Amino acid sequence: MNTPSLPEQSQTAAPPSLAQSAIQLIRSMPLLVRLCSLWIVVVLGIALFADFISPYSYSQLDLLARLRPPAFWGGSSDHWLGTDELGRDVLSRLFHSVRISLLVAFISTMLSATVGVLMGFAAAHFRGWVEQLVLTLVDFQASMPFMIIALAVLAFFGNTLVLFIALMGFYGWERSARIARGLTIAANEQGYASAVYDLGASPWRVYLRHILPNIASTLIVSVTLTFPEVILLESGLSFLGLGVQPPMTSLGNMVGYGREYLQSAPWILLAPSLFIVVTTFSVSMLGDWLRDLLDPTLN
Amino acid sequence: MMRFLVIRFLRGLLTLFLVLSFAFLILRSTGDPAMLIMSADAPPEALEAFRKGWGLDAPLWQQYVGYFKNLAQGNFGYSMRDKSPAMDLVLERIPATLSLALPAFVLKLLIGISAGVYAALHRNTWIDRFLISLSIAGYTMPSFVLGLVLVLVFAVGLGWLPSGGNATWQHAILPVITLSLGGAAVLARFTRSAMLEVMGQAYIRTASAKGLVWRRVVLHHAMPNAAIPTLTVIGFMVGSLIAGAVVVESVFSWPGVGRLLVTSVANRDLAVVQSLLLLVATTMVSANLMVDILYGWIDPRVRTGQAGQGKKA
Repeated sequence: MNTPSLPEQSQTAAPPSLAQSAIQLIRSMPLLVRLCSLWIVVVLGIALFADFISPYSYSQLDLLARLRPPAFWGGSSDHWLGTDELGRDVLSRLFHSVRISLLVAFISTMLSATVGVLMGFAAAHFRGWVEQLVLTLVDFQASMPFMIIALAVLAFFGNTLVLFIALMGFYGWERSARIARGLTIAANEQGYASAVYDLGASPWRVYLRHILPNIASTLIVSVTLTFPEVILLESGLSFLGLGVQPPMTSLGNMVGYGREYLQSAPWILLAPSLFIVVTTFSVSMLGDWLRDLLDPTLN
Repeated sequence: MMRFLVIRFLRGLLTLFLVLSFAFLILRSTGDPAMLIMSADAPPEALEAFRKGWGLDAPLWQQYVGYFKNLAQGNFGYSMRDKSPAMDLVLERIPATLSLALPAFVLKLLIGISAGVYAALHRNTWIDRFLISLSIAGYTMPSFVLGLVLVLVFAVGLGWLPSGGNATWQHAILPVITLSLGGAAVLARFTRSAMLEVMGQAYIRTASAKGLVWRRVVLHHAMPNAAIPTLTVIGFMVGSLIAGAVVVESVFSWPGVGRLLVTSVANRDLAVVQSLLLLVATTMVSANLMVDILYGWIDPRVRTGQAGQGKKA
């Protein structure tokens, strides 16, 4: 596979600009992956501009217009996706749910990657008992279903958004830790790390400026695969009523409350369900494609 | 092999110990259970009596030691709601959970493995790509969405099947399907990549070059070797049986262990949650141990302790 930044290329020609390499990257995508990327862009746009594109406030009640069907379901165009049991506009709630769900998933994934990488670095740097400790924690985390741990913690610590995100931030750290440890040990045995050490660089500099960029592609793949799983976890917990709490709303939350109206007003839960499925599917497809592209160990 | 198993067993015990300590610390460090159970305006004497009765007035380390002592004697504490032994509450829910989980598990294996092997043998054909996309879709579809869509179609729309409860065997159909499809998708992906890896090995080429029937090559040479990585996933599935039940049992109002976990978490019923954590951890650890034993049975290199050194198959 042709990667845009081979070292030979950069010696002979000017390095391609960011826009050029982006175009090249998009050109090399199969159609399905391209569609998935497009969807991700749309969803990101919704999350960023939720306040501007929502026709109503997401918490605005209209008790006279409860359970109105969507426009294409025989309803009026006042509410494109209908209203819920309190007369709130489903479309506006959907946009804000997308924002909260993505925000939770994004921050959590970043947290988990950071925790994981730091633990992996620590294990690879100190070896000895630190490494054993990290590996034991990794084993422990990998052997307990995260859902169960999350349930236990949430129930007993109560539930605030900050705590919830912090908890989700532990999801998948063990994967990043494993990858970071393995690749760092390999990198430390290669010449470049010890060369920089000999030049007098501090360990922090070596790890952050030299080793991290070299193991980044594998980490990015792992993170793209963790991201949809965090969305699924968040929506599952919110669905059970144990995740994001009202009056805030998230995709799983909408499905959970919409479930009461499965018979009379299925549109309340269908729209967020569709968003969860298509979004996680798109990110997973993109992640799979990236893995094939960036991770040479798999071919 | 013996040494390997003993180490694995000790590691399992360590995991159990960690889980229990984790449960203890979390449950005890999150505020006063007396205040949770009784209302805030309860008389102070009543709160005091409650704390004494549950041993909550002792220093934390004494509670910790007492907790393990009680566990060793088979005393898992009492539900703070109705005072019945917590473990009994958990155990009486297990049959209901198993009546969904076992058929779902069999279905998962049948669909997942056959789809994975089929896709691997027809690599890069449209059916392979179709199965992969289907598997990613199944994997990214949360079980509550799948469950609700099934309810919407088969219970609300067509009226063929009941939407919730556990009165008859028909009630089990939708939850079993919901439970099995997600797992089957994961399994299919793993089986496919394990098969592809094995099919690329020299011994497969040798086997087919020496004129063996293709079916024999696949069944006797490829599949046993592909089974090894797949087994880990299956072990994890057995272990996470209860975790999987949490959402599905809630969707279908099925009175099993998973639903008990959700309700006792919502009610903050400490002893019941602890007993459930213990149950989950034990299932997980025993499933992993079983996988290790099976490894030794399928792969002689593990049994004789020469993994990685011996010649390749």
